[in-house]
Amino acid sequence: MTTSGLDVDVDVDLVHEVEQFLYREARLADEGSFQEWESLWTDDAVYWVPYGGDDVDPERQMSIIYDNRARIATRIKQLQTGKRHAQEPRSRLRRIVANVELLTTEGDDIVAGANFVVYESRERGVTQWAGRSEYRLRRTEHGLRLVAKKVTLVNNDRPLPTLAFLV
Amino acid sequence: MSSYTALPWDELILADRVHGSLYTDPAVYESELERIWYRTWVYVGHVSEVPEPNDYVLKSIGPQPVIMSRDKQGQIHLLLNRCAHRANLVCDAERGNSSAFRCPYHGWTYSNAGKLLGYPFSSGYAGTELKQHLGLARVPRVDDVHGFVFASFAQEGPTLREHLGEALEVFDRLVRLSPEGEVELTAGWLKHQVKSNWKMLLENETDGYHPQFVHASIFAVADSGIGDLYGERSAAVSRDLGGGHTENDLRPEFRRRAQPLGWFGTTAERLPDYVERMRSVHGDAAEQILIDGSPHVMVFPNLFIAEIQLFVIQPVAVDETVQHVTAIQLKGAPDINRRMLQQTIGSVGPAGFLLADDSEMYERNQRGVGALAPEWLLLRRGMHRERCDENGLVVGDATDEVPQRAIWRHYRSLMQGEVPV
Repeated sequence: MTTSGLDVDVDVDLVHEVEQFLYREARLADEGSFQEWESLWTDDAVYWVPYGGDDVDPERQMSIIYDNRARIATRIKQLQTGKRHAQEPRSRLRRIVANVELLTTEGDDIVAGANFVVYESRERGVTQWAGRSEYRLRRTEHGLRLVAKKVTLVNNDRPLPTLAFLV
Repeated sequence: MSSYTALPWDELILADRVHGSLYTDPAVYESELERIWYRTWVYVGHVSEVPEPNDYVLKSIGPQPVIMSRDKQGQIHLLLNRCAHRANLVCDAERGNSSAFRCPYHGWTYSNAGKLLGYPFSSGYAGTELKQHLGLARVPRVDDVHGFVFASFAQEGPTLREHLGEALEVFDRLVRLSPEGEVELTAGWLKHQVKSNWKMLLENETDGYHPQFVHASIFAVADSGIGDLYGERSAAVSRDLGGGHTENDLRPEFRRRAQPLGWFGTTAERLPDYVERMRSVHGDAAEQILIDGSPHVMVFPNLFIAEIQLFVIQPVAVDETVQHVTAIQLKGAPDINRRMLQQTIGSVGPAGFLLADDSEMYERNQRGVGALAPEWLLLRRGMHRERCDENGLVVGDATDEVPQRAIWRHYRSLMQGEVPV
């Protein structure tokens, strides 16, 4: 079903499907369902958390996270050892994903954007993280999958505390 | 105005232990600012961060805000970021290119060498010429080694080369890994904040005892080979370079393995362009350079050369520190640079496979040291097997606390004012 409230067509079924996928991804990260979270990614995936602004070049500049698929796997394996001290005990987390917007579609890929707020509780106290995520999703035989996620924290140009959970 | 407190340093710092209050007492921190951060040579930045005339970048010396600028003649200046009029910050962009800084409060303007160029409505000063007397304050002494810019707030004292002493040669070892003999710090700095005293970081950088425990999780899942460097059977040594500078010298272990680029976890075949250039520059000596690898040295008090990356330790309060980190880039070596950057991104910063866990330890240490007993932190590991190397420097086994004892010995001499600083 397509409606046309604005000057663009919005496929509300697709919006709903994308939202449900983003909420599931957020919940799996919050609850530390590592294997299920990892299974959301495609083999060519990139998980990127830039530092120092919105438009830095991760091939030339430092990032907080710039994981290819192999490194996503390493990150998950490290969390599963029980010896990842920065996540032992695991942070208690809840995040709100909002302002979900379909930005473009390119072939089988859907590009969506959303804002988020995460509350992280650890012994050091409660840390509030906020920012914008851009997702590239692909329709596969298993349903939607994540090809890329770019997480731009609003304070990514300032000193940041340890961020060892899946953001 | 002096904030130095004559604490009983001899009673707080013993040969084999230090008192917990050294990490928590605000009076200790204030004294450190005066005796260390505002007096000795401190690392500030690298010339490659301001490559062009009129480039500038904001830096720090401990909590002090500093502008590192390059004037149009190419000379480097370190200026305090404070207007001579009513103390507003004159510069707030992290970096840029400008021949002048204009204070936003009342429009006073300074050259990038710190000279007062003008101030609006000058008749309000009744004809007094301010330009000759006022300007941005300059850090009194500035010098560099291979482009690494250091500064001292003391008008007089040892030269930078005297301050570095045995650590001077470490910079030669680092830059010779570039086919052009130069390091470039062009990848930007991640800033990682920890609720911990700065000395927790200083001591950890050359602590060879912790990696197998703090980093057990990443060693278990990634084929890094770092863990074995810090085992009981490692040929690596810990070293006191004097002046508070300390080292985990991994070369004995790399030489035993005799694998060019083994220090970087790769082989010569996988970086053919880099190896070719190194061989064409260094001839037969290239083999040894590529086996020995990059230094692991903590230059007192704030520059940690960590093989493929650099850390700068910035204290901002008695219990808060910012660690700035960037990937080392070797001039003329794009293939190894790409990998050094990506390995660095994986390892360090708030989400790094290594540094997130180190930082967790710093914060746990800070919470722990607040407990009332047993008051002391023990630093006696390997005292019975300290020995001198061929240069007369004290060394111990890879996991020994030679570096930590060396840091505290120097620290005590600075705080007591025994040595000219």
